[in-house]
Amino acid sequence: MRNIWIIANREYNLYFASPVAYMVMFVIYLVLGIFFYLNIDYAILAQYAPGVQIVLAPLATLLLLAIPALTTRLLAEEQRLGTIELLLTAPIRDWELIIGKWLGAFLLVLTILVFTLIYPLVLNNLVDPGLDQGLVISGYLGLVLLSAAFVAVGVFISSLFSNQIAAFATTMGALIFLWWVVGPIAQVLGETSAVGQFFSFIDLSDQLFSNFLSGMVELKDVVFSLSLTTLALFGATMVLDVRRWR
Amino acid sequence: MIRAEGLTKDYGLRRALDNLSFEATKGEIVGFLGPNGAGKTTTMRILTGFMPPTSGKATVAGYDVIEQSLEVRKRVGYLPESVPVYPEMSVFDYLKFMADLRRVPKAEDRVDAVLELVHLEDRSDGYIANLSKGMRQRLGIAQALLHEPEVLILDEPTIGLDPAQIIEVRNLIRDLGRERTVLLSTHILSEAQQVCNRVLIINKGRIVVEDTPERLQARLMGAQRVIVQLGGDSDGAEQVIAAAPGVTRVSSSPNGGLEFETQAGVEARPEVARLLVNAGYDLHELRPLGLSLEEIFLQLTRDEPAPPEMDETGDFEEISEVA
Repeated sequence: MRNIWIIANREYNLYFASPVAYMVMFVIYLVLGIFFYLNIDYAILAQYAPGVQIVLAPLATLLLLAIPALTTRLLAEEQRLGTIELLLTAPIRDWELIIGKWLGAFLLVLTILVFTLIYPLVLNNLVDPGLDQGLVISGYLGLVLLSAAFVAVGVFISSLFSNQIAAFATTMGALIFLWWVVGPIAQVLGETSAVGQFFSFIDLSDQLFSNFLSGMVELKDVVFSLSLTTLALFGATMVLDVRRWR
Repeated sequence: MIRAEGLTKDYGLRRALDNLSFEATKGEIVGFLGPNGAGKTTTMRILTGFMPPTSGKATVAGYDVIEQSLEVRKRVGYLPESVPVYPEMSVFDYLKFMADLRRVPKAEDRVDAVLELVHLEDRSDGYIANLSKGMRQRLGIAQALLHEPEVLILDEPTIGLDPAQIIEVRNLIRDLGRERTVLLSTHILSEAQQVCNRVLIINKGRIVVEDTPERLQARLMGAQRVIVQLGGDSDGAEQVIAAAPGVTRVSSSPNGGLEFETQAGVEARPEVARLLVNAGYDLHELRPLGLSLEEIFLQLTRDEPAPPEMDETGDFEEISEVA
């Protein structure tokens, strides 16, 4: 456990030693603020009480775009610098290294999420009789689970490359596929085909996240996002192992 | 402390190590000497648990490098060839991170101590990105010493250092070698000669010669070369020298004067001197030319074809095949 924490701690602090964390946070909060303002403005014109999804829906998309920028460095940079040799000859296990890397980035995403809680608080005061607390909780739970999976996918892809740009582009492509492409494919194939059902099952936005947004915390969604996280981290560990043996 | 038995490593079709065996005990500094691509880095990577051998077995500090990799890694200090440091970290933070990973007690104090050892204490708060190559090299060495390892494995420890620092690092290694096992690689022969108790010359993944630097030199000195300087006229001296028992070849030396070679183990100098003086020549100098370690090295490795090129990082990926 301590090894994981040492690795995670270094990664987390390193984000703040470079402009990466600040830039990502700045962009996310700026865009989120603009969307928030526009939504409130529109709600006043259209005479309806907005829910927490006016914050969470754009936030999910922003995280999807930001996470590749945060994860791409994690292992690709180690492999480019050669520092991976140092870590792989230190007395830590490969999976401790991978989980540490994942945890460092995941903690940064959680930090970003914590500061966004200000929007539901403000919104709570703007609408009458206040926000549905259940929706806020389930929505944030969904975001946390999604982030865990996104970061894990990023760690896995970072382990495959020593070139950061290649890792970034591939991670972005993979997340966009899971978020926007899988759903339409499932619709075209239809419910009757097995492949269509599979694609519908792994659709992160229309199935998993919209369930959380509408307050439905379903076991299958929780299990699926945790499985995706575990699978990606396991994959990254395997990649390290294969590199040793090649 | 280090025992390698029949280590073999294949990278695809290329055999980087071929049935390599050696031993190193406590208090010994063993030098790996060989041209680039000879297999030095590969051997070190196997011994540090970075990668397993294709076949063969190795133990370090009594633990198997494959089966008990973590135990081995706890006891080994390793300076990889690429000098792996994080440019965006400060010198102190980097060493603190490495010390934490190695569970060094009182990590801060220990970091300060190793910084002093490599004379980087005034750079403690500076970023690694701003260090010169020599300083990074010393930082890499500092990192390998943090946990006071029983076994030190240093891949080209003096590369990139200026002459004063080279001497300092060599002295440091000699000190460290008293109570530890040190395995270092180098392609500078004088370094091996100065620092090591034992030299393994390795070429194309095999150990060509294993001996102490002194004996190594003596071994190839068996056939002696002697320079003869004569005052005045030296016409006909060649025939006189050639008449001495044990002399195999006489030629004129490129440095002026004459040069002769003797059979191994025969001391021909007294007889040559007597013959020359009796024949009326003025003998000014009779000086044996030892083969330097450089010459030995070239002799041992030259008759084999040059090894395939390897890039600077020691990455073998680019090499697809060797006929």
